[in-house]
Order: sequence, then C-alpha cells, then structure tokens
Amino acid sequence: MKARIAVAAFVAATFTAPAALAELVIPWLSYRTGPYAVGGIPLADGFSDYFAMVNERDGGVGGVPVRVVDCETGYNTQKAVECYEATKGEGALVYSPLSTGATYQLIPKATADDIPIHSMGYGRTSAANGAIFSHVFNFPANYWDGASIAVKHILDVNGGDISGKTITLLHHNSAYGREPIRTLEELSGKHGFEFKAIPVDHPGQEQKSQWLEIRRDQPDYVLMWGWGVMNPVAIQEAANIRFPMENFIGVWWSGSENDVVPAGDRAHGYKALAMHAPGSDYPLFDDIKTHVHDKGMASGAGDQFGTVLYNRAVYGAVLITEAIRTAQEMHGVADITPGMMRDGLENLEITQERMTELGLPNFGPAMKITCQNHGGPGIAMVQQWDANAMEWSLISDMISSDREVIDPLIKEDSEAYAAENSIEPRC
Amino acid sequence: MLYREVGEFRTSYQQDSQTFPIRIERIGYYAILAAAVLVAPFLINDYWANAVVVPFLIWSLAALGLNILTGYCGQLSLGTGGFMAVGAYGCYKLMTAFPDLNIVFCVLIAGAVTSAVGMLFGLPSLRIKGFYLAVATLASQFFLVWLFNKVPWFYNYSASGQITAPPRTVFGVDVTGPYTHPAAQYLFCLAFVIAFAWLARNLTRGALGRSWMAIRDMDIAAEIIGVDPLKAKLSAFAVSSFFVGVAGALFFAAYLGSVEATDAFNISQSFLVLFMIIIGGLGSVLGSFIGAAFLVLLPVLLKNLLAGGLGWETQIATHFEFVIVGGLIILFLIAEPHGIAQMWRLVKEKMRLWPFPHDR
Repeated sequence: MKARIAVAAFVAATFTAPAALAELVIPWLSYRTGPYAVGGIPLADGFSDYFAMVNERDGGVGGVPVRVVDCETGYNTQKAVECYEATKGEGALVYSPLSTGATYQLIPKATADDIPIHSMGYGRTSAANGAIFSHVFNFPANYWDGASIAVKHILDVNGGDISGKTITLLHHNSAYGREPIRTLEELSGKHGFEFKAIPVDHPGQEQKSQWLEIRRDQPDYVLMWGWGVMNPVAIQEAANIRFPMENFIGVWWSGSENDVVPAGDRAHGYKALAMHAPGSDYPLFDDIKTHVHDKGMASGAGDQFGTVLYNRAVYGAVLITEAIRTAQEMHGVADITPGMMRDGLENLEITQERMTELGLPNFGPAMKITCQNHGGPGIAMVQQWDANAMEWSLISDMISSDREVIDPLIKEDSEAYAAENSIEPRC
Repeated sequence: MLYREVGEFRTSYQQDSQTFPIRIERIGYYAILAAAVLVAPFLINDYWANAVVVPFLIWSLAALGLNILTGYCGQLSLGTGGFMAVGAYGCYKLMTAFPDLNIVFCVLIAGAVTSAVGMLFGLPSLRIKGFYLAVATLASQFFLVWLFNKVPWFYNYSASGQITAPPRTVFGVDVTGPYTHPAAQYLFCLAFVIAFAWLARNLTRGALGRSWMAIRDMDIAAEIIGVDPLKAKLSAFAVSSFFVGVAGALFFAAYLGSVEATDAFNISQSFLVLFMIIIGGLGSVLGSFIGAAFLVLLPVLLKNLLAGGLGWETQIATHFEFVIVGGLIILFLIAEPHGIAQMWRLVKEKMRLWPFPHDR
C-alpha cells in the first residue's frame, strides 16, 4: 500500500502536464540551503524579481509571459542533474546552472538536448570557443579573463612592473577554484611574478592552516577564488593575520556584501573584481522596486535588493531577456523554442545605448556574441569595500583581459575537449 | 494465507538451499526481475533514468559492496567514497587511453584496480579492529581524493580537474556520453547490478562467505577452527572494493558523465553508503537495496511531493526533506535496530502464520 502511494505520488509529481498557455520557461538551479546559500539566495531573488518585473511591467517578453522554475540543488551536482532532467521537459529555454561543477555536467547533456546554457562568469572557461561548444555561453567574462584582469590591476598599482613579486591564489578546491591556475601560471611566466596556489576544501569553514601558510610566505598579493561560506571566513582570517586588505583581491564571486560584512571594519579596503556595477542607483532597479517589491511580490525575504549578487542575477536575467528578444526577432515567433534561444544568444548584441534604454547605463560592458566567441568581451572592473559607508565602490575603469595569453589557452583546452569527444568545429 | 509454504515439499538439498525456498517468493522475484528487464526499459524516460533509477541501482551496488565488508566480514570501512573514486578515475583513464576497449571491460578492469587498492588499504585490518579500523580507512578516503586532485595525470591535465566520460557503445548502442538513450543507460547499469547481486548472494553463502561471517562473529574462535584471518579479511576487502569500484565507474561513466573527486566522492558519500547498509540491514543483500532506496529515492520523492506537488517554497521543502528523512531514520532504527531487511524478515514470519498466529 505504502509502495503504491509512493508510486502514485511519483507519477503525479513527474507527469503533471505543463500549462497549455504560451510561456517562456526559464529554470533557475538555485541553492537557498547549505553552505553556499549565502551566495545562492541573493542570486535566486534577483533573477525571479527581474522576471516578475518584466511580467508585471511589459506582460512578458514580446508579449509572452516568463515563468521562472526554481529548483533547489544545494550546490550539489547530482541534485543539479536531477533538476535539469525534471525541468527540461517543461520547455526550458536556457539553463543557468550557477555552479561550475554542474555546468561541466550539463554541457554534454544540454548540447545533446539542444538547450543552451548561460554560465555567466563561471563554468568551463574554454566554452568561450563557440565553434566547439555550440550550446554554452559564458559571457560577459570568464575565469581566465578574471585572473588576467586581477593581474592587470596589480600591474597598474605597481606602475607596470611586478617582477619578483609573489602572488598567492587561495582557491576553492573544486573545478571552480582550479580554473584560473593555468592562466596565472602563464601570466607568472610573462610578468615574472612568483605564483603559488593554496586550496581550501569544501565547504571552506576551516582555513587556519591555509592562512598560517600565507602568514609564513608573506605574499605581496592574495587572489581568492572562493564561494559560499569560504569567502567571509577567508576575509576574517586575513584580518586576523593583519594581511593588508588592499592587497587581497577576490574574483567576482568573492565580492558581495555577505562576504565582507561579517568581518566588520577589518574588511575595509578589500577588493574584488566586478563584471557589473554595484548599487541600485539605476532606473531599472526603480522599476523592480515599483512593480515587484512595493506590490509585495518580492522573492525570498526581499532584503537582498541592490546587493552585488542580486545585481549579478538581474544582469544575467537582462542578458537572457535580450537574447530572447533577439531570438524572437530572428525567427519571427514570440513563443520561441530552446533551439531558437540558442540562436538568440549567439547573435546577441548589446550596446551602451541599449543598456541605457534598458535602464542600466554603464552597468556592464557592451558586447557582441558571435559563433566563434561565446565568451563576450572579457571585460571587468575592480571594486573596493568601504566598511564605513558599508558599500562597494568601483575603483577602476573597465579593464580588458590579456587576449594574447588567454586566446591560445582557450584554443588548446577546447581543442582537447573536441578531440576527446570527436566534435568538429562549426565555424 | 497469502504467503505460505503449506504443500511445498523439498526433496533435495538443492531445493532446500535455494535463495528463495518458498514458491510465492520465487515467483515474486522472477516477476520483479522480468519487469525490470523486459518492461521498465520501454517506460523509462530521461528523468526516471537520471534522477531515480540509475542512481538507485548504482548506490545499491556500492551498498552491496560495503555490506560484504562491513555486514558480512565485520570490518568497518569509511573509505567507500575514495574507492568509488578509484573506480571512476580508473575507468576514465582506461576509456581515454584505450578508446577501442569495450566499456564493459573498462568498468570491470576499473573494479579490479579498485580491488587491489582496497586490499592495500585493508592491510591494517589485520592488526586493528572496529573504530580504529574505521579511522584507518578514513585515511584512505582522504588520501585517495587528495591524490586525484593532486596528480594531473589522473584527469589528463584538464584545466579544472574534471573528468568527462567520452561516448562509448555496447553492441553499437551508446551507453555513456550525452546521446545515451535512457533505456540503454538503465539496462547497462541493471546488467551489472543483477550480475553482482547474484555473485554477492552466492559468495556469501559459500565457503568464502562463511569464513567472512566467522571472522565477523568472533575472530579468535574463527582462527582456532581454521579460518585464516589474513585470507578472509583481505578477500573481503578485495571483493568489496571490486563492487564499490564498479559502482564508482558506473557512477561516473553511466550516471553523471562528468565528475570531480572532491565533489562527487567526498566523505559524505562514504557515510551515505554506510548509512544505507545500517538502515537497510547489515549482512543482507536485500538490505543493501532497501537502504539505497531509502536514502536515494526518498529525498527525490519528498522533493517532488513537497516542492512539486504541494508547491512549497524550495528552501522550506528542502529543509523539511532533511527533517522527514532524519525522523524516519530514527524511527526505523528504534523500531528495528537490525535494519529494514530484518523488519521484512519478521513480517514474513508473521505472514506465514497469519491468520492463525500461535504463541510459543
């Protein structure tokens, strides 16, 4: 009997027919629980708030309402696969796996199912080579861009010469954290700095030995590829050993309010890369406020509005929306398929004028995606935490990455993947 | 009345010692087997394969492996995750180094490699027992995962340390890689599970299994009656690791397709498998399957029920999932400390007498 109920529930839960009305289904593999929820919550809130606003204000994209399907993964790749399988049948247009491990997992599956992936500033870096990774997009910037931009910033600070300096990478011991190592090794040869990588195991709550090592080595700079609970712990440990915060630079996933606030005043001066501007001082955010928050429709607790990761998800949602529009124009259909969505992403072009029209002037870089380049312009900025004003402020212009170093690396890695999986370059 | 053996006469030792001596049970077993092989492949879709059935089969295999070591031979091991990683990375290296080698052999050789590694890490069991052995095997868990992160040769020098299974076929049908049909993926895993469950059942009731159980029940007494502890313990480690290695290889190649050692094979997987056999039933083949079903299928069921069926917010549903699964574990262990398999055994005893139970 018990088994029968279970089976019935399974069947009921799995085969509930999706609504017959036209809608654009966009899954979001969220994690509002577990050690990475600190990053997962603002991301999930931003994404659903933006689409709630689009539905309220414009009645959807091109007249078709958007439905965001939230599926909890707990930042676990196995659950992410389950979420993927559970949601793809609903007509999912594009996946945002929000985890590098899960992205690696989904790249072959989604390509086979003809569903695009937008892994925005995470995932497999060499997927920037669109000729081989037809369904994966990681614009506006990838990890190798990030590593190069961080080094460029250090170069700027030191007047262009960092030979003999030491740079340590403190990274999450996963595919995500290991991604920048290869680029940093190349860059260390090019600029003559000494490079060392120190891994932190999941979840990253315990970093005493790593910081002891940093204290002993006394590196000039520490770069951080951290996520979830690892970030605030690292910043607190850095403060404990009195590491100069302005020499501590996180990637864009290690630079949110939630990461610096626990360390209080001692986090003052901590830097992080930024693929978009911080703050909520943009017309688009006013729209989100009016159409979503003021109507009590905000996702989650509604307290993440305007934080860095909330903005990240809004930015991701804006890019996806623009890609949907591009796809709708290209194919002349409002209710697009995942295959059309892929074309939309591949032909996406965003100018600064368009960003202003969207209510996000100078929020992020202009970009043009092509068949060869799925990685976008590879541009980011540097932001610094002001613990007194409790806000992030941009301290650099848009810095572009060192294409000379990164392009050959992307070519090499993507071609290795193509050879292993016998993929012919498309263009 | 429904379940009885009245009128069944066993006239040979063979009939008496078969796995399912009671006719109705035998029929049930063959019916399930037939359904799994002949009917399920036609019904299965991507979701059922990837989220439900394939993980269940693979975890069952891993639990079966650990059950041989812990349940039958009494050697507590926390190295399951590490041994699964050996299977996965072994399979990956074989798949990429010998592209023409059939995937079935890749999986089996990966199992053999794991078996050798398992024996190596089983050596301390000759000197230490119980919790101390658990700590020693824990070292293997951490060492192996560290090794697969540290030495780039294992992941073919890829930038991120992820390994990805290239497409491979059996009889011309894809069983790994993105273009695998769910039925092929399912049958591929099912074939291994059926073969290994049959093997496990027959090993554990043969001379080897008896020597394991003798060691488990009292090692000194076993030694006195002539069981060689070295042979018994190391063979248990070898066979168990073989199973676990095959499970790891399938976990990587047939289920996830792409893994990374710290994420897929961390310590929580070792505990997961250990909990499966404790809840399912130590020293029971059926228990391994029940335990795997309990810990793999129940969370998926609850997720679909709470978040999908009742429309709860995802984080509340997830938290409740933990509460419910945790509560049920405690409930089952209080009700029957020997696992759900033992509960099933008692139910069968009761059913034999029903509706005329008698007290002794």
